Amino acid sequence: MTSALSSRICPTTGLKVNAQAESLIKVNAVAATVSLLIGGIAAVLVLLTRWQVVHLLSPEWFYRVLTVHGMSMLIFFIIFFEMAVLYFASAVLLNSRVATPRLAWAAFWLMVTGALLVEWMMWTGKADVLFTSYVPLRAHPLYYLGVILFAVGALIVTGIFFGTLVVAKRERTYEGSVPLVTFGAATAAIIAVITLSHGAAIYIPTFLWSLGLMHVDAEVYRMVWWGLGHSSQQINVAAMVSIWYLLGALTIGAVVLNEKISRTAFVLYVLFISMAAAHHLLVDPGLSPAWKVWNTSYAMYLAVLASMVHGFTVPAGMEAGQRLRGLGKGLFEWLRKAPWGDPGFSSLVFSVIIFGFLGGITGVTFGTEQINIIAHNTLRVPGHFHATVVGGTALAFMGITYYVIPLIFRKQVAFWPLARVQPYLFAIGMTIFSIFMTFAGTFGVPRRHWDMTFSQAPFDVQYNPAVSLVVGIMAIGGLLAAVGGGIYLVVTVWSVFFGKSIAALSGSELRALKTGLPAGIIRPPAALPPGEPDHRGLTRGTLVLVAVFLIAFIAYYFVNWKLLSVVWRVG
Amino acid sequence: MHTGMESPRGVWWKPAAKAEKMWVLIAFGWCMVLFAMMPLWHLKGAQNPSGIRHRVNPSDYARRTNEFIRTYKIGEDAGIAVVEPPPGSDVYLLGRMWSWQPVLKLHKGVEYTLHLSSLDVNHGFSLTPVNLNFQVVPGYDYGLRIVPTQAGDFRIVCNEFCGIQHHAMVGRIIVVDDSAATAPPATGGAQ
Repeated sequence: MTSALSSRICPTTGLKVNAQAESLIKVNAVAATVSLLIGGIAAVLVLLTRWQVVHLLSPEWFYRVLTVHGMSMLIFFIIFFEMAVLYFASAVLLNSRVATPRLAWAAFWLMVTGALLVEWMMWTGKADVLFTSYVPLRAHPLYYLGVILFAVGALIVTGIFFGTLVVAKRERTYEGSVPLVTFGAATAAIIAVITLSHGAAIYIPTFLWSLGLMHVDAEVYRMVWWGLGHSSQQINVAAMVSIWYLLGALTIGAVVLNEKISRTAFVLYVLFISMAAAHHLLVDPGLSPAWKVWNTSYAMYLAVLASMVHGFTVPAGMEAGQRLRGLGKGLFEWLRKAPWGDPGFSSLVFSVIIFGFLGGITGVTFGTEQINIIAHNTLRVPGHFHATVVGGTALAFMGITYYVIPLIFRKQVAFWPLARVQPYLFAIGMTIFSIFMTFAGTFGVPRRHWDMTFSQAPFDVQYNPAVSLVVGIMAIGGLLAAVGGGIYLVVTVWSVFFGKSIAALSGSELRALKTGLPAGIIRPPAALPPGEPDHRGLTRGTLVLVAVFLIAFIAYYFVNWKLLSVVWRVG
Repeated sequence: MHTGMESPRGVWWKPAAKAEKMWVLIAFGWCMVLFAMMPLWHLKGAQNPSGIRHRVNPSDYARRTNEFIRTYKIGEDAGIAVVEPPPGSDVYLLGRMWSWQPVLKLHKGVEYTLHLSSLDVNHGFSLTPVNLNFQVVPGYDYGLRIVPTQAGDFRIVCNEFCGIQHHAMVGRIIVVDDSAATAPPATGGAQ
């Protein structure tokens, strides 16, 4: 085992990379990739079953594989990756050692054990309860135990993250305040603590319930479970936005326009979204309208405000960085002359667009108390969250991977031409998939359903004839995204295990390499002119983009009120 | 200026530039609209998920539903009782693995209190092709005042996963228009 203090200096960024941090980032990234592979295979199987033309799996295996898909993607892939992000944002960005490396390894193996236990229970048919495992649907006790072990491991890693911040501060490994990326990661870690506490509060009683030791109320379960289920998506948002700032910095030297605004927006996530379970319960019987309205919005939608702020500051920081380096003509030269061949950059741009335009707008609209009546549990819901979590978060994670491979694994990115087109394939596929999935949901098509033709039901069900076409297009989009995801897996695994090492190369030798490295590493962004620049017109292109966004938002929101107003009267 | 990877030195709590401030204000204004629409719709809108909400013992709810079926039964469809309750009455719908009971015959433009509950696990009440969705939770009685505004032959699809036959859980609501001469048949939707 390497010493807790050994480190190297990164020839590209000049950062001091602690050896323990580096190994922990590597193993968590590998665990995330394996989870993505399992979840991805499950995704294709689910898709080919919902696409009624193929209708691949039996009902039993459909619901089983759907459970695997949800857990492997939303929990294992994303949280393992976020653990890597936490080590990077603390130890690496702050030039520090990891607070307690031995405990960090114990936490990692605890998470692996938990994940394996859950996978074992799911694949053997002992946990056909889907991702949400709503009580009183019952899984094997080991399933709940596996989730608990995984969550405890993740909770320990967040503790180590905070410990590392303290160590770095005490050992003066950096000057000034922590970088914005670290600040954002810290908010993700705080939300993770809140989230995982909800997880403990619900999975421990449910584990005891599965052993016959106590009673768990179905509505209480839903409420507390979503304190985990949705808050964990807020970890993703905070981590994703941090990566947006990080990718902006690495690829084109994006600036932070105003630390106060960006950091306050991160704090808003902690304060106003951490318990946002309510929008899953808007058409539930156990809660009053006042509770629903208050808790879905906290009266002011300040978490939505936070995302809208980042939705401005991230592209505006990119625009300002480009303009300050001489790409200032017209409204969009900064965007036109950007490194579109750098998969880190294209991933960043598509992640921001898909998350904001598709995921954000639909999510806020469906999370409105009354509009939820025409959205709840239809395909509109997975249509929304595939745009946020997959098109947004997963794509941002893919983008940063193209930098993690050379900077952390110190390997050349394999199959470079494929890597360059990967974000395009994935983004286009995911865009088609989520738009058409949402569209199918508008006709009332249910999510989590094996048979849209209802061949085994006592009564025939006729959806709008357009539905089968819409689902067909959705399936094609999904398959395209799956090809993009498959390329990502092949490129990543090949680079890490069989890729050409660049560890011995100096900064200038790296820059001389023509292929296999993203543009931000071959030609790092030029230094900025010193001093505070003139802000006038520095972000005018972004203002146009956010205006388009706001118009789309307003239009979609009020169209949905219109759709609601024509259904049966209910109250 | 610096990037998000670099540590800012000194005091970074500085006033924002005009463009940023403007966007924050506009976004905040929009968030207030988003909030205001919900209470406003409670006052002015005709679709709210409020209802009457009670805890209920599942077996009590099943007993109530059976009594309701006995009182107002008018026939059978696909082995499920068809019930025509009087206008303004309490209507009981029971979700269980994997059926909805009973089949309801309602009148257009008339208000009913539609009670939803489950005997076993969570179910999802999804009225199609209207696209009206509510969660059905065991142990809770959700009494929604509904007014069918269209006549026709509707289906209740279960849209919350409830076990291996989830996709076969389909119920039926028939709405007749008293003013129209041609009401849809009370039976005939069965396969």
